[in-house]
Amino acid sequence: MKILVGIKRVVDFNVRVRVKPDGSGVDTDGAKMSINPFDEIALEEALRLREAGIASEVIVISIGDSSCQQQLRTGLAMGADRAIQVDTDIHLQPLAAARTMLAVIETEQPGLVILGKQAIDDDNNQTGQMLAALWNRPQATFASKVVVAGDTATVTREVDAGLETIEVDLPAVITTDLRLNTPRFVKLPDIMKAKRKPLEVIAFTELAVSNDNNIQIDHYAPPAVREKGIMVDSAAALVTELKSRGLL
Amino acid sequence: MAKLNPLDLYDIRSQLSEDELMVQDSIAAWVDERAVPLIAECFDKARFPTELIPEIAELGLLGSTLEGYGCAGLNYTSYGLICQELERCDSGLRSFVSVQSSLCMYPIYAFGSEEQKQRWLPEMAAGRAIGCFGLTEPQGGSDPANMKTHAKRDGDDWLLNGAKMWITNGSVADIAIVWAQTEDGIQGFLVEKDMAGFVTQDIHSKMSLRASTTSELYFDNVRLPDSSRLPGVKGLKGPLSCLTQARFGISWGPIGCAIDCLDSVLKYTEDRILFDRPLAANQAIQIRLADMARRITTAQLLALQLGRLKDAGKMQHTQVNLAKWNNVRMALDIARDARDMLGGFGITTEYTPIRHMLNLESVITYEGTETIHQLAVGRELTGISAF
Repeated sequence: MKILVGIKRVVDFNVRVRVKPDGSGVDTDGAKMSINPFDEIALEEALRLREAGIASEVIVISIGDSSCQQQLRTGLAMGADRAIQVDTDIHLQPLAAARTMLAVIETEQPGLVILGKQAIDDDNNQTGQMLAALWNRPQATFASKVVVAGDTATVTREVDAGLETIEVDLPAVITTDLRLNTPRFVKLPDIMKAKRKPLEVIAFTELAVSNDNNIQIDHYAPPAVREKGIMVDSAAALVTELKSRGLL
Repeated sequence: MAKLNPLDLYDIRSQLSEDELMVQDSIAAWVDERAVPLIAECFDKARFPTELIPEIAELGLLGSTLEGYGCAGLNYTSYGLICQELERCDSGLRSFVSVQSSLCMYPIYAFGSEEQKQRWLPEMAAGRAIGCFGLTEPQGGSDPANMKTHAKRDGDDWLLNGAKMWITNGSVADIAIVWAQTEDGIQGFLVEKDMAGFVTQDIHSKMSLRASTTSELYFDNVRLPDSSRLPGVKGLKGPLSCLTQARFGISWGPIGCAIDCLDSVLKYTEDRILFDRPLAANQAIQIRLADMARRITTAQLLALQLGRLKDAGKMQHTQVNLAKWNNVRMALDIARDARDMLGGFGITTEYTPIRHMLNLESVITYEGTETIHQLAVGRELTGISAF
């Protein structure tokens, strides 16, 4: 079974992001870029399935300009067998990203697609669900445990009420939550081996995918700065303060 | 204009290859997650975190520049970046990797017989065999040509006598690379842990490199077969070439200490309110922060060019002398100043500068003292050896 894993290049989670002064987006100039952490978890899960003999091949895919090859190479160094870059300068929204993935799925015919539940840049949490609908296959989102046996996957999902376990027929789309696994560290000899693994570039225009953006972004703004708190010296003073603000 | 990264003002990372970036990022992630949480306690208790050795080996950190024998075959710029990331945590951690890689695996790789390489390199890369390097003696380190340790022929064997001091990993090592006088000049011998007449003793009460094992080695008529001798080199150039390898890494490592110190004081002076405003709002503080950034930047540029020269096979040892001198001095001065800027907090292991400061007192002494490096550069400039 082939597993296809989506990888998005995002600003590293340690970087404090800044909105561009004109509000047109987030300033990524010179910022350290990494694999979206949820995608790293997706790749780790795929690699574990391969190491358990359940999957035969793990393919990582990213949509973006050539700079996302750096994250694909990291994915190859973690252990993926090969990589696909869908080359485009356009910042695709989730629906277009799902359509693009579907076009690749039609060629690759994976038995399982694992994606991060969301990317930490736009936090959309949509691509996996949309892809499952377009592909007309089951979805198991927010996975915290995955067991694959034969043609089904038993997936424990983190939902508002707690944990929910569902069984889905394969092929299916699984999206990962934080507690599914702890991704491995990249080993130095594998960085050298990754250079020799295949990385295929497909032009976005070749896939004939529609990119009609259904969401228009007006502008970006940083969150409002929190106002400084005040110190009160007694419980009575606290109650008075809260009352004066209409909070009690 | 994007905001500059205070810890990489000249965007050195833009000059690194995709592989080099991946090496730096993957080691940095490991250091932050696995080593940083342990290190203050290790320093406090004066112990090396031996529990990390299997992970260090699995990551490929031991002998990472060597080709074959289970090693990664990275370039030297990558090795420098590894040293920088390890030393951002602690000089003791970097020393462990330097000694194993540059001082022990390198001479076996460069001067050993194929049998010695096959026997030791894969085991050492896997962290199952630990090495130490015996050159410095109790009488002194800067004049290795006059070492007292000697090996004499006895039939087909050698008899080794003498003592070595300030040996990192000495008592934990499975194999010691020992340099000794012979009739044919200085030669290297592989001395195994359990050989009769070979004993080690740890040096305690250190105020520096506390998260690292430092020992003395004693050899009393240790009988060595000739197959223990490194056949590929005779004379002082053997050990000195190992030191050039290790000093290359030490030219990069302290940049990590300095970056960590600057990072600490930037955060501290921003948060610390004194006389109703952040410490960072004072000219005296800003000048000191700016000076740290200036010195780190010059050290980074120096190290990067040194790496490029070494990878091109053009590096000369004088260039390593200057880089080790400059970059260790830079880091020590920054660590001392950072310690001071942290006020009372600066004296505990809660904050990292005092640990870096104490460690760097060793780093500026070992692998060639600052003075020796200055004199080596002086010799290059004048053509006259003053030592």
